[in-house]
Amino acid sequence: MGLFALIISNIFVNNYVFARFLGICPFLGVSNKMETATGMGLAVTFVTTFASVITYIIQKSVLDLFGLGYLQTIVFILVIASLVQFVELALKKMSPTLYSAMGVYLPLITTNCIVLGVAILNIQEGYNLIQTTVSAATAALGFFLALVLVASLREKMEIADIPEALVGFPITLIAAGLMSIAFSGFAGLV
Amino acid sequence: MSDILNPIIVLGGLGLLFGVLLSIASKLFAVKVDPKVEELLGALPGANCGACGYPGCAGLANALAEGRAPTNSCSIGGQKVANHVAEILGVNAASFEKKVAVVLCQGDCDKAKNKYEYQGLQDCRIQSTLAGGKKECTYGCVGCGSCFDVCEFNAIRMINDIAVVNRENCTACNKCVEICPKKIIELVPYTNNAVVKCKSQDPGKLVRSYCSTGCIACQICVKNCPTDAFSFENNLARINYDKCINCMVCVEKCPTNAIDNVSIVSDDFAQKFAS
Repeated sequence: MGLFALIISNIFVNNYVFARFLGICPFLGVSNKMETATGMGLAVTFVTTFASVITYIIQKSVLDLFGLGYLQTIVFILVIASLVQFVELALKKMSPTLYSAMGVYLPLITTNCIVLGVAILNIQEGYNLIQTTVSAATAALGFFLALVLVASLREKMEIADIPEALVGFPITLIAAGLMSIAFSGFAGLV
Repeated sequence: MSDILNPIIVLGGLGLLFGVLLSIASKLFAVKVDPKVEELLGALPGANCGACGYPGCAGLANALAEGRAPTNSCSIGGQKVANHVAEILGVNAASFEKKVAVVLCQGDCDKAKNKYEYQGLQDCRIQSTLAGGKKECTYGCVGCGSCFDVCEFNAIRMINDIAVVNRENCTACNKCVEICPKKIIELVPYTNNAVVKCKSQDPGKLVRSYCSTGCIACQICVKNCPTDAFSFENNLARINYDKCINCMVCVEKCPTNAIDNVSIVSDDFAQKFAS
């Protein structure tokens, strides 16, 4: 698959939230305001890309070398958790502005399934390093897009006249479901 | 044997490597945090209401530690928190002036005329975009209760289509002030009793035509005030709370009762809160 097709596939056709249903927790949890949604999206993009590259290197240079493919999940979790800690520490020191923008969301994504899922899927698809980087970045951008879309909807729904039984999460889940169906319209594009 | 040893060595090695890297990083990237910030955070109420103008109590704690905010910044905590904060910072506490929100409109459904019947969503912000709200007076309370919805301290009730604040429950958190599309809620010092409850800048004759309790720009209050606390601009009397001595002459003289004694609580009002 060419890089362009990979980008389109990850953002629209196989959107990690709407088509693969990964990362639903933050998708529902922090999408009530545009500001928090962009902060979370930024943090996830950052971490997913970095984590995928590092897990790729570890998979190729350590796990494959010793024939320990079955340890993939546990090792990747270890890598991601320490990477998030490291990024948080480094960010706090080097860029306080960026830290205050996405710092609070960083610990939340330590063991987020989208970060782990992207890393594992990249290995399964047999991507090389460049493909892995692009795939991870665009997968996270797809997540970012989903988060921003639903956040803008929820901000509107705040003041809309919704039946009492549906106020809050129920209507959000319905909206998310409809959006997922809408995204399935991209199926077959690549 | 290597089937067991290899994974142990690899996993243990990786764990050790990351552990060492993280501990080095924590030393390398250590950021000094002022211990006072933690202490201040403990002293603040932790309501994260944002009334102080900072994002949450943590934001205020930072500002206090850096000396950017006065010790009496927290309106919810009042004098007690101000004293505690001053103690931590080792400075004298600034005296805390308790304020309460007052709705500057009395034009309820009996006193003010409507120009149309509103049947849309019960939200003041939406109604006021529709020809300035249902009331003929475009300055007054539109009565949908957005301030009531946003109040976290059970201090606002809608009585006869007008918002009324319970002075005892109000913590001056500023939320209603910010949400009101008509900007008719203001924070007034708790000790001041005389308040001009009208924001209409229309000429007196026009005000008289649509509201029986609006400020008609007669300036009787300006002439009668013993301390010259009243000023007059844009067809509206304005009271200087610093000069007011609570003599209540203006309240008695005002022909339309637009100036109100806010310390008097009507039975109707008390009942509404009891229920």
